[in-house]
Amino acid sequence: MFSMAKSLSGKIIVVVFLCLMGIVMVLPFYWMIITSLKTSLEAVHLPPSWFPHHLRFQNYAEAWKQVPFPRYFLNTLIIAVATLVGVLVTSCLAAYSFASMKYRGRNFLFLSFLAMMMIPVPVYIVPGYLILMKLHWVDTYFALTVPWLANVFSIFLLRQHFKTIPKDLYDAAIMDGCSKFGFLVKVVIPLSKAVLVTVSLFSIIGSWNAFIWPLVVTSKDILRPIQVGLAYFVQEQSTNYSLLTAATTFTIAPIVLLFFFLERRIIASFARSGLKG
Amino acid sequence: MRKLLKTLNPYLYLIPALAVIIVFRFLPMLYAFRVSFFKWGMGGVERFVALGNYISILKDSNFWKAFGNTIYFSLGVVPTSLFLSLFLAVLLKQKIRGVRFFRTIYFLPVITSVIAVSMVWKWIYHPQAGLANSLLGFFNIKGINWLSEWKGIFELIFNSFKVHPLIKGPSIALLSLIIVSVWKGLGYNIVLFLAGLENIPIQYYEAAKVDGANRWQMFRSITWPLLSPTTFYVLLMTTIVSFQMFAYVWMMTGPPAGGPLGTTNVLVYYLYDYAFNFSRYGYGTAVAFILFVIILSLTLLQRKIVERNVFYG
Repeated sequence: MFSMAKSLSGKIIVVVFLCLMGIVMVLPFYWMIITSLKTSLEAVHLPPSWFPHHLRFQNYAEAWKQVPFPRYFLNTLIIAVATLVGVLVTSCLAAYSFASMKYRGRNFLFLSFLAMMMIPVPVYIVPGYLILMKLHWVDTYFALTVPWLANVFSIFLLRQHFKTIPKDLYDAAIMDGCSKFGFLVKVVIPLSKAVLVTVSLFSIIGSWNAFIWPLVVTSKDILRPIQVGLAYFVQEQSTNYSLLTAATTFTIAPIVLLFFFLERRIIASFARSGLKG
Repeated sequence: MRKLLKTLNPYLYLIPALAVIIVFRFLPMLYAFRVSFFKWGMGGVERFVALGNYISILKDSNFWKAFGNTIYFSLGVVPTSLFLSLFLAVLLKQKIRGVRFFRTIYFLPVITSVIAVSMVWKWIYHPQAGLANSLLGFFNIKGINWLSEWKGIFELIFNSFKVHPLIKGPSIALLSLIIVSVWKGLGYNIVLFLAGLENIPIQYYEAAKVDGANRWQMFRSITWPLLSPTTFYVLLMTTIVSFQMFAYVWMMTGPPAGGPLGTTNVLVYYLYDYAFNFSRYGYGTAVAFILFVIILSLTLLQRKIVERNVFYG
């Protein structure tokens, strides 16, 4: 890449601008955290304080108890794990079939998969809801997980990777008496760890942050996942901004920690999602 | 028998994914298409109304208002996000320290849920104690009713003139949502542009330098054309995502959501409102199909326009 900032002063301008943008990006998070540590009175005090006079950690405990957050976390955990396992199984099988086998209608099926799964979620909510009503699945864990057990993006990524595995390896394994399925489990999957991590990260982040679908298919409080629980807490349960920001902080904490822990991996995965073909 | 099993084998691997897709994508869409020609009354009584739902939608002034708001929202978000993220990506490509640090920080809102983001910004926009008005107050500027101001921005800017209703512009409330949306999506677009910039061979710049090209010329004739597939993708994705905006409206505006005076009511909220607040599923599915057609044609249209100008190196 060409260097725009050859001189020292040019570099300083670039860094200053990047820092300013950095502040814009981080300030809302900082504001959230300091509000969560203030008393409800200090939170609305003018002019606002940039450091709380007294760190009030009880806000977290109070918010945690005010609505059933433990239950919301548990629900999200159940949904995330079930979806992750389901997506990994269905995607590996389908991608293996698309990548390494020749049969009638393969391309047609692959394109249909792509087309079907590209229906935007907001378009899908009403049709999806109507089917769930027919199945009497509204307000069940099935509604929250089963429709998301197949994921075209995962199938696509895995297929692309599986195609790069040399055919010789396959021939050798078959010679040694390995079955097709055995080859998938014993050779292909161990060779695809990086892509599987990408697929898993997308699945976990997606489940954690899902909102519109669980909002529509649940009406019972005990079935609500974390985002819907938080949303109703903000809308209906409280106007105490110290408690609301405390709740917001602990709902994003797990994903932010995961992000800091696997930052390189996650950013690379997102960058990959933009690659065409 | 063995032979049959062998022919069927590839399909067996597809069954789990195929089952989910048929039962939870294909059949619902088929069924919903049928439903969109019916009127759903109380207690689930259905009455065939042919194109009735579609006609009522197209005749509903609120639908067109939601359509206009969605356009405003996209016009606010897409160009801003595109150019700002491209600019930041180019800056991050300079040889400076701490690139990874900045990239991480810019990316933080991307992985944060839209509900958490809405909550925090709702608090930032708080008319009295919010951060936004405190900062304005610091510069002695009068506070703004961010989320409850229905006046259009052009109406406010050209206060002394009478502004035609059609060019009032998005309300301040909608503008507030545009700001949040740009803030949240910026990091993702930066990362896409960084990946795109990575693919441009450095030799081109070296050759241009030898020829005495300046920075702007290099950007104009190397970076911009070679980056066009990425730019196209960012343009497409940001537009499609903007057309699906929902959670900000649900979380940050109102009550009733979509306010003040319906100036933040966007298509997806309009759909949600009819289907789930009024249980008018026929009408709701008809809106869903209209939305589907809009998003699909946007994709095709952009592809057509940009294809002529995209340089696939």
